[in-house]
Amino acid sequence: MGSTPTSTTQAFDKARAESRSALVGYLPAGFPSVEGSITALRAMVEAGCDVIEIGLPYSDPVMDGPTIQAAAQQALERGVRTADVLRVVEAVAETGVPTLVMTYWNPIERYGVERWASDLAKAGGAGMITPDITPDHGSAWIDAADAHDLDKVFLVAPSSTDDRIAMTAAESRGFVYAAAVMGVTGARDASSDLAGPLVGRVRASGDIPVAVGIGVSNGDQAADVAAYADGVIVGSAFVRCLLDHADDEAAGLEALRALTTDLAEGVRRGAR
Amino acid sequence: MSQQTTQPVKYDADERGYFGQTWGGRFMPEALVAALDELTDAWQDAMADPAFVSEFERVLRDYAGTPSRLYHAERLSRTVGARVLLKREDLNHTGAHKIRNVMGQALLTKRMGKTRVIAETGAGQHGVASATAAAYFDLDCTVYMGAVDTRRQALNVARMQLLGAKVVPVESGSATLKDAINEAMRDWVASVDRTAYLFGTAAGPHPFPSMVRDFCRGIGDEARQQCLDQYGVLPDAVAACVGGGSNAIGLFTAFLEDEGVEIHGFEPGGDGVETGRHAATIHAGEAGVLHGARTYVLQDEDGQTVESHSISAGLDYPGVGPQHSWLAALGRATYTPVTDAQAMEAMALLSRTEGIIPAIETAHAVYGALDVARRLGAEKGPDATVIINLSGRGDKDMGTAIEWFGLGDADGEAEPVVATAPGEEA
Repeated sequence: MGSTPTSTTQAFDKARAESRSALVGYLPAGFPSVEGSITALRAMVEAGCDVIEIGLPYSDPVMDGPTIQAAAQQALERGVRTADVLRVVEAVAETGVPTLVMTYWNPIERYGVERWASDLAKAGGAGMITPDITPDHGSAWIDAADAHDLDKVFLVAPSSTDDRIAMTAAESRGFVYAAAVMGVTGARDASSDLAGPLVGRVRASGDIPVAVGIGVSNGDQAADVAAYADGVIVGSAFVRCLLDHADDEAAGLEALRALTTDLAEGVRRGAR
Repeated sequence: MSQQTTQPVKYDADERGYFGQTWGGRFMPEALVAALDELTDAWQDAMADPAFVSEFERVLRDYAGTPSRLYHAERLSRTVGARVLLKREDLNHTGAHKIRNVMGQALLTKRMGKTRVIAETGAGQHGVASATAAAYFDLDCTVYMGAVDTRRQALNVARMQLLGAKVVPVESGSATLKDAINEAMRDWVASVDRTAYLFGTAAGPHPFPSMVRDFCRGIGDEARQQCLDQYGVLPDAVAACVGGGSNAIGLFTAFLEDEGVEIHGFEPGGDGVETGRHAATIHAGEAGVLHGARTYVLQDEDGQTVESHSISAGLDYPGVGPQHSWLAALGRATYTPVTDAQAMEAMALLSRTEGIIPAIETAHAVYGALDVARRLGAEKGPDATVIINLSGRGDKDMGTAIEWFGLGDADGEAEPVVATAPGEEA
């Protein structure tokens, strides 16, 4: 292995050049096992994910719905450690796809913010998505990320004021994560009249790409979101593939590849 | 006076919710920031509005029964050789200090024009208080409660239901209080337009630690004035139990600037801190971020929250209010663990010597404070004065007491419960 790593910005630029959205895929590290998560994430890369988010399992995931909670809890019960997450990052980043860690804040503070940024960069990680810190309370992370040339992906929500969206877009690097429904992660009907206007408001404050997390679970939904967003984020649906085939790794991977292929076609159908 | 020219210590949070620039803050999803900003503005606006403040005082007086009495526990005082004063929050409506917090937050909810409240609860006390306030103010109420706790506390589930609240059992994580908080947060993210989150303690993201303290600080404001009126002196020490820390910060706040008054918080020591089965967050935890605030947290070396243990469900929480962390770091307050066995001993002692059955939470404060009273009595004589916040009554804990002491069988051969004061054990 060992392709030249692509930056997150380049991945979005490439998708934009092809007049399509980028497909951003999420799985927690250590689910169903550390090795299993590496195999699964690589399968998602091979089948068409443009950007990978690796979740760091945490005991108190306030923003996650039941599917991702269940996966993270299972990973923790099986003993996944923060250092294992870096191992997964390294194995996935080797494919050349930009690989970010999505994590709640306390495990990072505990690891040591500067040490984490240094080790994440060494592992080939592109940066980090931080669902429970906002830029105005995230100076420690911003400083460390800047020092190690890492992406800082902050979230915006339909409830965000225009001022906060401008502040968040200005402090983010890589992309802005638009959590486009008011609620936790999880597959849903993926239609929200809040998503389009939210993306528009982020666009009005700069040209950083905007990826939307809205509970997409199939290619048609991906196409709908791709019509207005630079990236389509899929998490719970991937986790569901593995949960539904907990006793059959091959079947789980097959489902994961099929879903990725469907989604990758979807982001190309929603051409803008 | 000291000759040092140091700045006066600032005990309050800054406008971003940080105590001492480190503790507290707001480590929260962006989706809730607008709601927290709205709440902060509404709270500050309300506290500056004499009409709101007087309505809050009226509701507490007419409905909740405040000011609670400051009672001189004479038999107990003789036992320890110092004057022991009990702030009788156990006599408030619903039997604890918690009514102050929920009536304040619910009154604010009405002022903000929201129609629904949610709350988390461990043993059910905050849930019952929230359901009570919701009934009083005609608000819809949903209470999140760990599934383990709904099974252990069926009586409180029934009370909440009778009061008109919906109780939702939470199966995720360890299915206890911290998971109920997570689930309430998840509800709030999805329902913030019309819903207020009545947080149960002086923890969580800004403005909750400061706002809950403001609604509870009547405890200390009253006690300080009552002590001056009744005895002409300030106390030598004040004491309270600390789980999340709302009753403690409610008592402590009035005394922070009285540098001569010792401030003591007593944390749940469970089976003993050395066993690892405890909830003594400040004593044995390390700085981290939990439920939106930087504070002491019981956590493992990867920053995963560790499950806490206490005989008292109301103290069984792996975090603590950030202002307590700041007061501990400053040395302005001292936090000491009290074990399950010591708390139960104090529960029996107070019952037998004063005819007051305290909540087991409260019994932690009683045990620890009597140690302090004994020391102060020896140093300063019998006029040494200690105020204990008697934060709640013990009716809800009779099941635990029956099991612990082997009570309830009138025909049995059980010996009466032996109650010894701290320091008097053989």
